[in-house]
Amino acid sequence: MAAERKTKLSKNLLRMKFMQRGLDSETKKQLEEEEKKIISEEHWYLDLPELKEKESFIIEEQSFLLCEDLLYGRMSFRGFNPEVEKLMLQMNAKNKAEEEEEDGTVELDVSDEEMARRYETLVGTIGKKFAKKRDRANYEEDENGNTKPVKTKKMFLKPQD
Amino acid sequence: MAEPKLVVVESLPGCRARAARTVLGQVVLPGEELLLPEQEETDGPGVAGERPLRLNAAVCSRLRVVCGPGLRRCGDRLLVTKCGRLRHKESGSGSSGGIYWVDSQQKRYVPVKGDHVIGIVTAKSGDIFKVDVGGSEPASLSYLAFEGATKRNRPNVQVGDLIYGQFVVANKDMEPEMVCIDSCGRANGMGVIGQDGLLFKVTLGLIRKLLAPDCEIIQEVGKLYPLEIVFGMNGRIWVKAKTIQQTLILANILEACEHMTTDQRKQIFARLAEC
Repeated sequence: MAAERKTKLSKNLLRMKFMQRGLDSETKKQLEEEEKKIISEEHWYLDLPELKEKESFIIEEQSFLLCEDLLYGRMSFRGFNPEVEKLMLQMNAKNKAEEEEEDGTVELDVSDEEMARRYETLVGTIGKKFAKKRDRANYEEDENGNTKPVKTKKMFLKPQD
Repeated sequence: MAEPKLVVVESLPGCRARAARTVLGQVVLPGEELLLPEQEETDGPGVAGERPLRLNAAVCSRLRVVCGPGLRRCGDRLLVTKCGRLRHKESGSGSSGGIYWVDSQQKRYVPVKGDHVIGIVTAKSGDIFKVDVGGSEPASLSYLAFEGATKRNRPNVQVGDLIYGQFVVANKDMEPEMVCIDSCGRANGMGVIGQDGLLFKVTLGLIRKLLAPDCEIIQEVGKLYPLEIVFGMNGRIWVKAKTIQQTLILANILEACEHMTTDQRKQIFARLAEC
């Protein structure tokens, strides 16, 4: 008779950690979901229709700097303040340089191809330094004398019957 | 003038809004609505409302337009808030549709972010200085906002000093804040303005006129004698020359050149060059 009647344990007791160790993962998930549901139902929300924000193509700016190209505010003439004169050249040249940058590309000292070639060989020489003695055999010498790694990845070879 | 052009009649609210392109260079009054270029074709006669549905949604790829000072966004149109002439500038990169603004005249300055202004230090309280820039509130300037300033190494700023700085925070809801360094931490000419010299006030439009890249007035002034000028976008100009008389002459010229014609100005400069 006692086996038929199960002792009624409270919900809080069942939620305790030591009671849940015996449960499956599925029942655990169910319990978690129920808890989340209770918590989220208690949250308040606005019962308004969804407002769709119109994509606006107009941006508001209150500054005159965008409108007119104004010069730098500090000026000095005929050598009254040499520092300010230097600044004038710098700041006004900066404004013009920004305009010119959009037109032409910056000239490079080293071309892209040279950089690519250099990095190619660099990988080999530095890589060799850090490779173990066994792996050093993997690095070959090219015709030009550049060390390039020859990657032979060691994979498991299944023995054939 | 015999017959003033009756432009005003068309622009009363309730009538058709005008296209911004046709009004460039003309006087606009507050309350007018302006249509942007893409909207002109779709508006039928007298109907300023629904746009005809288009099957190809990709056609409505409109360019971003910037509305500058004196204009506000009103739905899809521009609403004029100041009276003046409407101007337009195409942007350097073709992606945005350019910027429209109203060239108006006023004496009262409203702080705008990024503007370089001349301020007068009115109070020193704790870590910040209160600087009067001519707006509704004094701007705050932290003592760390100077080049090379640290907690131990404080800048040498006294009450009554002139400061040339720029705004980092300037909107109608908050107290304006200014700094004397740029984003890289360099001063770039900002900071305390030196000794002597004279500070006076002019209208905001004159400052913009004098700071235009091809301003003849500045070029002619620069040929007179050695001098130094600092322009603040809040309508304040500080000038300094070797003698007091030269400084005063300079101040008078700059104040008066707003209302002079080109010929009068040239006469005055010719006379000054003689002395």
